Amino acid sequence: MKRRDILKFGAASTAGLLLPLGHHAWAARSAQHGPRLVVLFLRGAVDGLSVVAPYADELYYDYRPSIALNRPGETDGLLDLDSHFGLHPSLASLFPLWQSRQLAFIHACGSPDPDRSHFEAQAYMETATPGITTTRSGWLNRLAAAMHFEHAADTVAFGATQPLITRGNAPTATFPVGQGATRMKPMDRDPVRLAFDAVYAGDPRLGRIYDEAIQSRATLLAAVNQDMQHSAQGAPDPKGFSNDARRAAHMMVADPALRLVFFQLGGWDTHVNQGAAHGQLANRLRLLGDGLATFQASLGPTWQETVVLVISEFGRTAHENGDCGTDHGHGNVHWLLGGPVAGGKVYGDWTGISDDALHQGRDLPVTTDFRSVIDLILEAHLCASASARRLVLPRFSPDCKPIAGLFV
Amino acid sequence: MLLTSNQAIDRLSLGATLQLDAELHRHGVTDWITDQLNPGTEPGNLQARLTGLAAITLNPAELFERYWIPFKQRKDPELKQRFRMQAQQLYMESASARLWHASDSPWQLRELLVDFWFNHFNVFVHKGLCNLWTGSFETQAIRPHVLGRFSDLLLATARHPAMLFYLDNWMNTAPDSAWAHGARKGLNENYARELMELHTVGLHYTQADVAGATRLLTGWGLQRKLGFRFDPRRHDFAAQTILGRRFSGGEAAITDFLHYLATHPDTAQHIAFRLAQYFVADQPAPRLIEHMRVRYLATQGNLKAVTQAMIEHPEFARAATRRDKFRTPFRYVMAVMRASQRTPQNCRPLIGTLHQLGQPLYGCMTPNGWANTQAEWLSPDALTARLNFAVALGGGWLPVSQVKADMMMAPAMGATQSLTPQRPHKHNPVGLEIVLAALGTRLPRKTIAVAKLAPPPLQAAVLLGSPQMQYC
Repeated sequence: MKRRDILKFGAASTAGLLLPLGHHAWAARSAQHGPRLVVLFLRGAVDGLSVVAPYADELYYDYRPSIALNRPGETDGLLDLDSHFGLHPSLASLFPLWQSRQLAFIHACGSPDPDRSHFEAQAYMETATPGITTTRSGWLNRLAAAMHFEHAADTVAFGATQPLITRGNAPTATFPVGQGATRMKPMDRDPVRLAFDAVYAGDPRLGRIYDEAIQSRATLLAAVNQDMQHSAQGAPDPKGFSNDARRAAHMMVADPALRLVFFQLGGWDTHVNQGAAHGQLANRLRLLGDGLATFQASLGPTWQETVVLVISEFGRTAHENGDCGTDHGHGNVHWLLGGPVAGGKVYGDWTGISDDALHQGRDLPVTTDFRSVIDLILEAHLCASASARRLVLPRFSPDCKPIAGLFV
Repeated sequence: MLLTSNQAIDRLSLGATLQLDAELHRHGVTDWITDQLNPGTEPGNLQARLTGLAAITLNPAELFERYWIPFKQRKDPELKQRFRMQAQQLYMESASARLWHASDSPWQLRELLVDFWFNHFNVFVHKGLCNLWTGSFETQAIRPHVLGRFSDLLLATARHPAMLFYLDNWMNTAPDSAWAHGARKGLNENYARELMELHTVGLHYTQADVAGATRLLTGWGLQRKLGFRFDPRRHDFAAQTILGRRFSGGEAAITDFLHYLATHPDTAQHIAFRLAQYFVADQPAPRLIEHMRVRYLATQGNLKAVTQAMIEHPEFARAATRRDKFRTPFRYVMAVMRASQRTPQNCRPLIGTLHQLGQPLYGCMTPNGWANTQAEWLSPDALTARLNFAVALGGGWLPVSQVKADMMMAPAMGATQSLTPQRPHKHNPVGLEIVLAALGTRLPRKTIAVAKLAPPPLQAAVLLGSPQMQYC
């Protein structure tokens, strides 16, 4: 099946979904499949120069005497990507994806706004309106609206609470991670739901939204049930992120209409004792790499219609600081994984790390606006129309030269 | 059109209670509103809980002195942990003070106004030093002025360290001044812009106005022993023309500028709209806004007069009749607590609930504050989260409080198997009768009938989560 044939904005009939709900809820959704997008936000600003390190540049070792990673072939060395850049050794589980050209990086990528405050920069990346503090909706929400995804369960943010990126007028759902994922909420219990069914039935203002709430929860629970059946047969659960990633992947397989997924991981703000091949950052990256590998494996054939975008609010200083760590910077590396990705290449406009190439003499510059990457995903992967793309990325003219060819 | 007592309670308090209902019947709606516009001191039992809370009783300089640990020292894990615990403690104190006031103060209109005005002058507790100062900001800069003059309110926020830090004006420095260095080496227009766009005139300024205001506000900043301080060594003394008026340099000119903004006709329009949207309707009637705008200008921004103008206008009662103002999570949670006659003694579960519902207390990152409209707050997920909260609170599973001594009238326990929580603990469901007495005629007969048929721990929850509770 070809992606482009499947996707018709607002196409597949949803009338059946308004009927009273049973366990058939998501079965009725299978007509609504199409390309998927997963966004993974690394909150706290991951050190991109450790994820994809320019080991061929001597300056990299000058700038970072205690935290630079060894060259490929040396002890605990980088995994060679293209004889200029190397991948952090803790991400070894993703290296097969690089070799099979399903993993790409865009270096010196990020938000054009120079702000170095975590929360402001994160907000800008979630609203995709850098510099504008008053945007209330996130770009994934606007994407759901532009794609006419009518049901909350079509767009799911995994985590305890709704992130800004899925806030807005389109219905979206939030689904817990960790142990909370399989914990029943009061509304999951029949007597509770039956009582509220009765008081909300036909309520002129809230009746419909109540039905949607019940349906989306049932859809997600049915999908997570599939995962529990899967995992009961297999090996013991992997820890942490891998566990959540596997569950999300199985939910995506079970429910073809689950099209937009958001994930977040914290713990990247490595000001002190960042470590190199071992230590704080290395441990965190291993967790992330293993989780993404698990995600890919658990998706099965669905991987072929899935793109994973990994972003972080800004990069970190090119030089290490006095505490064997790095401080808030500017440009970073963004990652793209998935069946449709033309991987095996470091994209972007790399201008080196010499003093005069650095932003304000200290940080990797941003030579590719992160919105250009989003725009290309919208166009080439999700087949969004020009007007839909403008809705998602208002007041923005993409420059896709540095990332041309990112999709097959 | 006159307000009924139910309407007055719904629109001018954080939620109905049995006592409030009795109070309105005793005083009459008109006198009650007059009282609310002229609030007095808090009752002893509330006051007793508030005194001794460092976060709201110390001033910013004292808070800094007592709790600040420099970044360099925080590289020591022990000090880092201590700093984190102190900030957490200050947050708990600030949040508890807000929730206790909202739940228990007889001066309910003032509590709504504190919610409104804090949000209007929003600061984000997790931005740097705001974690020390947010409680002080609300208590010392916002609360005293919500029924006073807008210019006093504006000046109090402009001088408060939480605002100076949140919108970066502490860094705003004339680039060519002798003391420009480090973080404070140049212009920062963040505060100047939001001061005009969000706090006062609205979107009626140009980039040239922002540039002028930024220059004028240089040196308006912080000093550790004093809190606020105007530092002439970092100030640009050149005269600036802003919004058509010329201001000479210097501290007095900044105060003049703030006063000019406070009494500007566009500010009157902006404030009237924002207040009416919070209290009256998502799209308030233009004639109501006009009435408030005129009163604002006639009284030079007397907020008591403007609030009163809003309440007395026929549109206020007309909108109240529709009962279609969708409650924000804060207003919903407080309405549930109040209808249940539960005083939050342990505020943690409510803080967590507000987080779940998407409106963490003091947790709005952006300077425009939370939205106040149904379109922004109503979603399938949000509704489910509200119902989960209603069930948890109504069933007594949420450990927010001991029941007040005079309220021990909950029905006999009768938890069904399916409602038994995973980890059983002492719980005490809210009595159906309590909620019925508080909400009374607001609930349709059908809803009451469903509640009565539900298993006992669910009975109050059905009412607390009902569609009618989502609106005021």
